[in-house]
Amino acid sequence: MTISRRQFVSSVGGASIAGMAAPNLVFAQNNGPIRIGLLAAKTGPLASGGIDMELAMAMFLKERENTLAGRKVELIVADTAGAPATARTKAQELIEKNNIHCIIGPLAAFEALAIADYLTEKEIPTLGVAAAEDMTQRHPSPWFVRLTSTSAQCAYPLADYSAKELKYKKIVTIADDFAYGHEMCAGFQRSFEDNGGKIIQKIFTPLATPDYGSYVAQVKSADAIFLGTAGSNGFRFIRQFIEYGLKDKMAVIGGMTALDESVLRNMGDEALGILTTSWYSAELDNPLNKVFAAAFRKQFKYDPGYYAGGVYVTAEVLEAALKTTKGNVEDKKALMTAIRGSSVETVRGLVKIDEFGNAIGNVYIRKVARSDGRLVNSVIKTYPDVSQFWTYDKTEFLKNPVYSRDYPPAKNLEL
Amino acid sequence: MVSQLSEQDRQTMQFWIIQGLNSLSLGGLLFLLSSGFSLIFGLMRLANLTHGAFFMLGTYFGAIALRSYDGLNIWVTALGAGIAVAAIGGLFERLVLTRLKTNPLGQVLVTLGMSFIISDACLLLWGGDSIPVPTPRNLQSPTRVLGFVFPTYRLVLVGCAIGAAVALYFLLERTRLGAMIRAGVDDGQMARAVGIPVSNLFTVVFCLGTGIAGAGGVLGGPILSAYPGLDADMLPLALIVVILGGIGSLLGAFIGSFVIGFIYTFGTALFPELAYIILFLPMIVVIAFRPQGLFGRVGA
Amino acid sequence: MKWIAAALLVILLLLLPSFAGDFYVNLASQILIAAIFALSLNLLVGYGGMTSLGHASYLGVAAYISALLTSRYGFGHGPAAVLSIAGTTAMAAFFGVIALRATGLGFLMITLALSQVLWGLAYRMSNVTNGDNGIAGLTRPMPFGISLDSAASFYWFALVVASFAYLMMTIFVSSSFGSSLKGVRDQPRRMAALGFNPWMIRWITFVYAGFWGGVSGLLYVYYNKYIHPTSLSTTSSAEALLGVIAGGSGTPGGPLVGAALVLLLKNYASAYIERWNMLLGLVFLFIVLVMPTGIVPGFSRLATGLRRGSR
Repeated sequence: MTISRRQFVSSVGGASIAGMAAPNLVFAQNNGPIRIGLLAAKTGPLASGGIDMELAMAMFLKERENTLAGRKVELIVADTAGAPATARTKAQELIEKNNIHCIIGPLAAFEALAIADYLTEKEIPTLGVAAAEDMTQRHPSPWFVRLTSTSAQCAYPLADYSAKELKYKKIVTIADDFAYGHEMCAGFQRSFEDNGGKIIQKIFTPLATPDYGSYVAQVKSADAIFLGTAGSNGFRFIRQFIEYGLKDKMAVIGGMTALDESVLRNMGDEALGILTTSWYSAELDNPLNKVFAAAFRKQFKYDPGYYAGGVYVTAEVLEAALKTTKGNVEDKKALMTAIRGSSVETVRGLVKIDEFGNAIGNVYIRKVARSDGRLVNSVIKTYPDVSQFWTYDKTEFLKNPVYSRDYPPAKNLEL
Repeated sequence: MVSQLSEQDRQTMQFWIIQGLNSLSLGGLLFLLSSGFSLIFGLMRLANLTHGAFFMLGTYFGAIALRSYDGLNIWVTALGAGIAVAAIGGLFERLVLTRLKTNPLGQVLVTLGMSFIISDACLLLWGGDSIPVPTPRNLQSPTRVLGFVFPTYRLVLVGCAIGAAVALYFLLERTRLGAMIRAGVDDGQMARAVGIPVSNLFTVVFCLGTGIAGAGGVLGGPILSAYPGLDADMLPLALIVVILGGIGSLLGAFIGSFVIGFIYTFGTALFPELAYIILFLPMIVVIAFRPQGLFGRVGA
Repeated sequence: MKWIAAALLVILLLLLPSFAGDFYVNLASQILIAAIFALSLNLLVGYGGMTSLGHASYLGVAAYISALLTSRYGFGHGPAAVLSIAGTTAMAAFFGVIALRATGLGFLMITLALSQVLWGLAYRMSNVTNGDNGIAGLTRPMPFGISLDSAASFYWFALVVASFAYLMMTIFVSSSFGSSLKGVRDQPRRMAALGFNPWMIRWITFVYAGFWGGVSGLLYVYYNKYIHPTSLSTTSSAEALLGVIAGGSGTPGGPLVGAALVLLLKNYASAYIERWNMLLGLVFLFIVLVMPTGIVPGFSRLATGLRRGSR
């Protein structure tokens, strides 16, 4: 199912020979290939996302015959195994051994934090997928950009929607007990309470929770429950939520990784009607996505989700920047400037980059529906031009501490 | 009667009843997981660190089988998965473990190595996504218990655990095979001396233990789902139950499973700050003061 | 013959940075750190007969203390290192008292449980430890004013520390204390009858192992300039244990070989083989079947066999 590195490199070789026969429309500064490193967790608990990242990247390059901005491309994939020390070693391998020009990834916040100083020191343009807020807020690096979103960026619109259009008054949040979950719930809580709502309970489940039974039983009655979960925890929770008879009493809404496309394909009718929010949906109607989603589905038999979409968008932005520098990757500063100045139409819509390196783009409220016999996240509302600061003043925002389990303090908890 | 209580009282009662039932079902699951481990360790003095992986393999078999064939019965699947896993376990025991009877460190290396192989194979064959195991259709609607709703399947799981415990008790106490196993546990050399084929017995017990794990994996599937890392999440639980309950004691494994079920469920509900510690603290306390566990024998 | 080989090895190690690129030098540094960790674990496993699955506790705690003291409380590296090691050793003393209440599987479980408790605390006490974001932006010390930021300079630093650690631990096991430790491992009742105190001997070993585990933790955090709760995980302990057993637990050189093997498979072979986890498992199976007491004893037996055969 996944492509072995050897297979891929040989296919690049074959394609590049074919590519050389095509007319060179753009003058390439250097004869060597552009070397892109992909840091993906292909083994370990994050494997599902990492595998999707590689598939999307491979597909992107194959569609373009492994040529970007007129220059051959070599992709080197490194398995971080979802461990920070391994991520660092792999980053070193990519930079010191493979001499890559830029890095796409990594997937997890702690992987990104483990290598941030190293990448900054080596001045490697890094287009990350990890959602950690502070990497583009209080500790930005001139060499790091993120084309997906921060943990809370997509939660604000959903909180807004829940309060204003769904008229929810009381919501319970549940998320995994790590920074991503804390940040997402904090953002949701802030926006929801600003609109007059109340978060009456915040549950954080430990990382290795095989059974959600005791947590489901703790949920207080409210209008809805917000899932700030990642991976497959969302769907495992929903199953048990239904088994305990709670789905009839409370609505279920979720964040950007609660009901990802990769998880949805394993679910059934119980998922219908659940609202989630994300910067992407495989059902997006723009011309680029219609082609991409169909091609991905055709090749891999399932819809692209957060990780596949994230890498594809990142690759599109990289390509646009490479076109601006006319294929020059050796001048890293110029490449970085081009990336940071992006305003690119991608499969997620128009993407711009703010001064901290984070993406500004559409956020979509999606509802699970059935289409062509499969479950999809169909888009019901678009919030355009959402930045990581939502409607808050940037300077004030940055003066506050970073979102965490206890910040902003939850003042409306029912005991 | 229930409807006459105030909302506050009702919520409290709901909490205790639901969490109590959760504890029972978690205990049942833990017994299905750890009984095999206890059996193997009791007889063979072998800490089968592959046990979590065998359990996970059962869950994956169950998930794939039940999703591919719509009308398949979960009990039949559990039996089938149990047999398949037992076969793999038996091969492993015969080809590898037999040579390591006097090499406990080698056993650690080999059982952990085997768990790497199994978990990577699962990743290769079935991908990184979580695969749900469907709950049997006739058990999907919740049961009403004293006015509260509780998933039926979880109650059934408790029944399965009790059934397995009874079956194992019967096997150990009332059959010839059981007598041989008990003899082997009590005094291996003596058992050999009276002509009990201890080496073959080891293989049989290993197959039985891993088979129970495989079947348990299928039965636990509707609650856990098959996902990469399930083996690493389950193994410490099996170890905790067996250590707490006492090595070589099936009763210990049974009681230990439910004790841990209660401690974990109520602990995480009442003291969420201690979520990570709540599993290990009781075990540390028990070993510190009673190293043989609750029901184990001294010198085991 | 042996001395020439040893001398060549030393020269090779010293000159590594002059012919290998930064990536390989860094890999070598990581092997040295893993080697110290494995050697310290081997004191328990190989010489003490106590199989521990929680040795990462000492690596992680030392790393965290150093990280916190230097980044949050403004300590210099020297005092921070001293406090880290002192704290870690004190913790080892305390853990030893608890863990030595049991033997065999019980001991394994307690060490596992203690490290899991620490792991959970590292995640949960995020005000102190920064939880799963870990602590980043750390610096390396500057012993005698020399910067350790380049791959080569850190490597030589690690080489010095590792050599010293190896020396100290070898002296420990070859001393009369070491003999009594092996005696307690093999025949505890007889040793007690002879007037030794098995518990005290084991406890001292436990503390000493924790001490060197802490030293490897300091090197670990200096190298990575980052610390995260995964360094306290069972996986971290298990990899070291596997390395020790695969390399040969009763020997001074075994843990070095085993640690190098695990590290190279994890970090180097994984670039070429997608199924490196499976390969790791298969390698372990192979080692145990072909060389049941580990690589180093297996190879030395092979060497002895060849020598005998060629005579």
